[in-house]
Amino acid sequence: MALANKETTNVVQRRGTLAARKARLPLVSLVLGGLAFVAIMTAIPMAFLYAQTDVVQGPAQRIFYFHVPIASVGMFAFVVMAFTSIMYLWKRDERWDWAARASAEIGTVFITLTLITGSIWGRTTWGTWWSWDPKLTASLVLWFMYISYLMVRSYMGRTSASANAGAVIAIIGVFDVPIIYEAVNLWRGLHPAAQVGVPGALPSDVVLTLMVALAGFALLYSFLMLQLYQFQKLQTFAQRLRATVEYDM
Amino acid sequence: MSANRVFFEQVWAILAKDVRYELRSKQTWTSMGMFALLVLVIFNFAFDLRVENKAAVAPGALWVAFIFASLLGLGRTIAAEREQGSMDRLLLCPVDRKAIYLAKLLGNLLFISVVEVVALPVYAALFDVPLLTGKLVPIVVLGTFGITIIGTLFATLAAATRARELLLPILVFPLIVPVVIAAVRATEALLVPTANEPPWLGLIIAFDLIFLSVSTLTFQYVIEE
Repeated sequence: MALANKETTNVVQRRGTLAARKARLPLVSLVLGGLAFVAIMTAIPMAFLYAQTDVVQGPAQRIFYFHVPIASVGMFAFVVMAFTSIMYLWKRDERWDWAARASAEIGTVFITLTLITGSIWGRTTWGTWWSWDPKLTASLVLWFMYISYLMVRSYMGRTSASANAGAVIAIIGVFDVPIIYEAVNLWRGLHPAAQVGVPGALPSDVVLTLMVALAGFALLYSFLMLQLYQFQKLQTFAQRLRATVEYDM
Repeated sequence: MSANRVFFEQVWAILAKDVRYELRSKQTWTSMGMFALLVLVIFNFAFDLRVENKAAVAPGALWVAFIFASLLGLGRTIAAEREQGSMDRLLLCPVDRKAIYLAKLLGNLLFISVVEVVALPVYAALFDVPLLTGKLVPIVVLGTFGITIIGTLFATLAAATRARELLLPILVFPLIVPVVIAAVRATEALLVPTANEPPWLGLIIAFDLIFLSVSTLTFQYVIEE
């Protein structure tokens, strides 16, 4: 019995040091980070100097170049989280769970920023910080789902039960968001509709600036994804090592 | 054919056990019922109901009372199983996880419905609204079903954590937003009939069907450790 314990301890420790050695970030993350930096640094002057001022909304419309990409990435992160959660339940490989949790953490930040930038814009254009519009309500509910996901994950620790619970929340959530959107849409609607891709709706400089910003934030997401995935991995290994030490004592 | 029969026998056995337990202890039913009535009374004061705002406020008050009472009961029934270790024994039995979920779901639906049957006449009297018609029955049943589908799944999930009473509403409230909107609107439409009302009942049915399937399939993951 004691021998068996010693052996498992050794195995876990060896695995831990191996992981620590492998834990260095791949070069691709540096490249992604650099590209994200360049794209966002290009998008900022483009949004303020290159893109024309909106005739109706005035300079307040410029927040759109950050609000729309951040919102898109925040929602995309939820889809990634749900997809990786399904893969986790299917394949039973904890790497999928690390990816899901990493995506949830980034998505929470992005949706929080979406709500803040949207409120600032709403204040100047609608004259109110908040309205119960479908897009706003769906974003807010998405934000609540992200927060409750992270709360459950942090309450339950790094166990497989926690990973299962998180995966179920993500899957239920990804089915619920479109229904919530539809329900609030039937209830009331006010948010401006998407005009990208509608021919002649947006001037080309506006579309170009938006695309650069979108690319920048997408790159930022993939950069952060790699960082946080690595972070999740290290935390899991660190906790396992700590558990073996506590067991020996 | 016989596999189906075994499945429904399992559902029935677990459901009968839960109902017998509740009939003997009467804990959940009475506390949920009292809670629902108290919410209605508090709303009466909080909104200072008058004839002109009654139609706008009364359906909301009814559903808030139902939802709060449901969550109270949902948290209680699953937590009791965990505390006494009977859930572990149930999991040791060769029972399909889907059967456990369906039995728990039907049990919770039954408990909440009993509370609602008691609360509705009191509500109609306190708020003096002509709501006790046959048209209210499908709205209440389907709406409660939607809340219970999500609630049973997440009550089981939350019962495994340390902060279960705190976590349950945080998990459930955002997810049942469509049911809340649709149920309140449909109830309001009974009081003040309006033309071109969206198909609220259809929305609730769609919600119920989608999440009944998703929850039945994912329940096994929240219950196993």
